[in-house]
Amino acid sequence: MTLALLLEQVLNGLQFGLMLFLMSAGLTLVFGVMGLINLAHGSLYMIGAFVCAVAAAATGNFWLGLAAGMAAAAAAGALIEIVVIRRLYDRDHLDQVLATFALILILSEGTKILFGPFPLYLNVPPILRGTVNLGLTDYPLYRLALIGFGIAVAVGLWALIARTRLGIRIRAGENDREMIAALGVNIRALYTVVFALGAGLAGMAGALVGAVQSVQVGMGEPVLILAFVVIVIGGIGSIKGAMVGALLVGVIDTMGRFLLPRVFATFMEASQASGVGAALASMLIYVLMALVLVLKPRGLYPLHG
Amino acid sequence: MDLRKMLFAGASAMALAAGGAAADPVTVGMITTLSGGGAGLGVDVRDGFQLALAMSGSDAVRLVVEDDGQRPEQAVQIADRMIQSERADILTGIIWSNLAMAVVPSVTAQDVIYISPNAGPSPLAGANCHPNYFNAAWQNDMLHEAAGAYANTLGYTNTFIMAPNYPAGTDALTGFKRRYQGTIAGELYTQLGQTDYAAEIAQIRASGADSIFMFLPGGMGISFMRQYAQSGVDLPIVSAAFTFSQDMLPAVGEAALGVYNTGQWSPDLDNAANAAFVAAFREAYGRTPSLYASQGYDTANLILSALAAADVDDRDAFRAALRAANFDSVRGDFAFANNQHPIQDVYIRQVAEVDGQITNRLVGLAIEDYVDPYAAQCPMQ
Repeated sequence: MTLALLLEQVLNGLQFGLMLFLMSAGLTLVFGVMGLINLAHGSLYMIGAFVCAVAAAATGNFWLGLAAGMAAAAAAGALIEIVVIRRLYDRDHLDQVLATFALILILSEGTKILFGPFPLYLNVPPILRGTVNLGLTDYPLYRLALIGFGIAVAVGLWALIARTRLGIRIRAGENDREMIAALGVNIRALYTVVFALGAGLAGMAGALVGAVQSVQVGMGEPVLILAFVVIVIGGIGSIKGAMVGALLVGVIDTMGRFLLPRVFATFMEASQASGVGAALASMLIYVLMALVLVLKPRGLYPLHG
Repeated sequence: MDLRKMLFAGASAMALAAGGAAADPVTVGMITTLSGGGAGLGVDVRDGFQLALAMSGSDAVRLVVEDDGQRPEQAVQIADRMIQSERADILTGIIWSNLAMAVVPSVTAQDVIYISPNAGPSPLAGANCHPNYFNAAWQNDMLHEAAGAYANTLGYTNTFIMAPNYPAGTDALTGFKRRYQGTIAGELYTQLGQTDYAAEIAQIRASGADSIFMFLPGGMGISFMRQYAQSGVDLPIVSAAFTFSQDMLPAVGEAALGVYNTGQWSPDLDNAANAAFVAAFREAYGRTPSLYASQGYDTANLILSALAAADVDDRDAFRAALRAANFDSVRGDFAFANNQHPIQDVYIRQVAEVDGQITNRLVGLAIEDYVDPYAAQCPMQ
C-alpha cells in the first residue's frame, strides 16, 4: 500500500462524509428544533437530483440545474411542512414515522410516474471535468470541488446559526419552543423556514452527488439510513455533531471497504478475504454507532447537556 | 391488481368472441425488475418476450408481469401470489441471481416450471439441479470464463478483477479465473447496487494492473464507467456482455468504445432468426435490442415450442418438450445440457460506433459449444 493510495482514499472518505453532512444537517435541525422524525428527507434528496438533472438537460447548464434542484427541494419541503408535517408536531414519534414513511412511497411513485423508471444521468460541468495532480496522485477535479463545496456550506451554516437573527431563533427553538413563542416569534413560520432549509440542503446534496452517480427513484433511502446513523453518532439536534459524525462515517466506511479485505488477505485466500472483508466493511459503521451508543448514549455532542 | 383483472377480463372476453374454440391459455408469470438501477435489464427481457408472443400470433400464453424492484422478499411474495391466485404453470423473468436463489427452489418444489431468461447461479446448475428448472440464457460463469480466455489472447498478464458481492458476482470472478493464465493484480467485491466507485478506482490506480475485468450490470456499470472516464486511469477493460450491453451503452457513451466483451449473442449475429428479431424489435420499440431482450425473446419461443408439442398439465411430456428445445434461437445453435442449461457458442464482441449509434459488433468466437462445469455434478441425465 502506498501513500498515494492512502491519500486518495482519505479524500474519497472526506468527500463522502461532506455529502453525508449536507444530508444530515437538515435532518438533525428538523429533529432538534421541531422534535420531528422525518423519514421523507431522502425523498427531498431525490427531488433535488431529479430536478437538477432535468433542468441541466433542458438548459445545458449544470449550475442552473443545481440552483433549480435546491429551489425545488426547498419548495417541496415547505409545501410538505405546511400540508402534512404541521399536523404532526403534537403527535408521538410513531405517528410521524408512519406519515413520513407514507410520504416516501407517494414521492417515489410520483417521481416514477413523472420521470419514468429508468435512471437519469447528469453530466459533470465541463469546468470541473478531468483530474488534478496533487503531487502524490491524480484526483478527479469534481470530487475535489465537492469537498470544497461541502466545507463552504458547513461554514455558511455555522455562520447562519451562530451569527444571524434566524440562527438565534433556531437555537432558541431547540431550547424552549414555548418560551420563544411567548416572546412573539412566529414559531409556525420559523418551522417552515427550518424545514425548507433542511430540504434545500438535502436537494443540494442530491444534485451534487447525482452528477457522479446515477439519478434514480429510491436513491435517497440508502443515504437516509446513513444520515440517521450520522445524527445518532453526533447527537441528535447538533450541527457540530452532524459534521463530526458525517466525517467519521464517511472516512470509516471508505477506509473499511478498502482496508478490511487487505487485513483478511494476510491470513486468508485472496478471493475469500475480499468477500468476507466486503461483507464486514458494510457493517462497520453500525458497529461504530453501537460503540458510540454504549460509551455516550446521547451521541458525541448531546444538545441539552 | 385491478388493472390485471381488467386485462384478464378483456382477454377472456376476446377469447370468447373468437368462438371459444381455443384451449384456455397457459398462464406464464413474469417476475422481473422494472424500476431502479436494474430496470433496463427487466424491461428488455419483458419487451423481447412480448415481441415473441406478438410475432407468433399464438394465443397459447397469458402473460402476467410484475415488478420485483430488485428485492428478494418482494420477488418471493410475487411468486407465491402468481402460483396461488393466478394459477401460473410457468414462471420466468428474474434478472438477479440473489432473487433467483430466493424464488426458484420453492417454485420448482411446488411442481411449477421455472425458465430463467437471465440469472444462472451455480448452486442451481450443479448438484441442486431440478427437473422443473430450465435456464434459457446461460450458467453465470459462462461469459466470464470466455472473457478470461480472451484476456490471454489479448496478452493481458496482470488483471484487476471486480464484481458485486452476490451469487452472480462470485460466479463471475470464479468463471474469469478458470481460464485466465495471468496474475490477479487485485480482487474486489463491491456492494450490489453500489453507485459510487471512487474507493475502487483508487485501488485500481494504485494496483499496477495492465488491464481490468469487471462485472457490473445495469446502473452499476453505468456509474462505474462514468466515474472511470473522469478518473484519469486509462487501463484497457475486458468484460462480459452484461456491462457493455445495449441497455447501458447510450448512457455510458464514448467511454465504452473499443471495449471487448463476451456474449452468446450480438445484434449482428448472422442467422435468419436473429435478423428477423432485430428488425422486428427496432420496428416495435424504436431501439436496438440488448442481450437481455434476445434472452427474453428466446425464452418465449422456447415456451411456445413446448406448448405446441405437449400439454402443460402433463408435466413429464411438457418437460420433455422443453428439453428438446425445438425452436429457432436468435443465437444460432442451442441445446440443453443434462442440467437443463444451454450448450452454446460464446462470441467476442467489441463496442463500436455503427451508423452513428454506439453498439456491439462481432469480432470472433471465444468458446465453441460451451458446457458449464457444474453440469457434471448434476445427477439428471
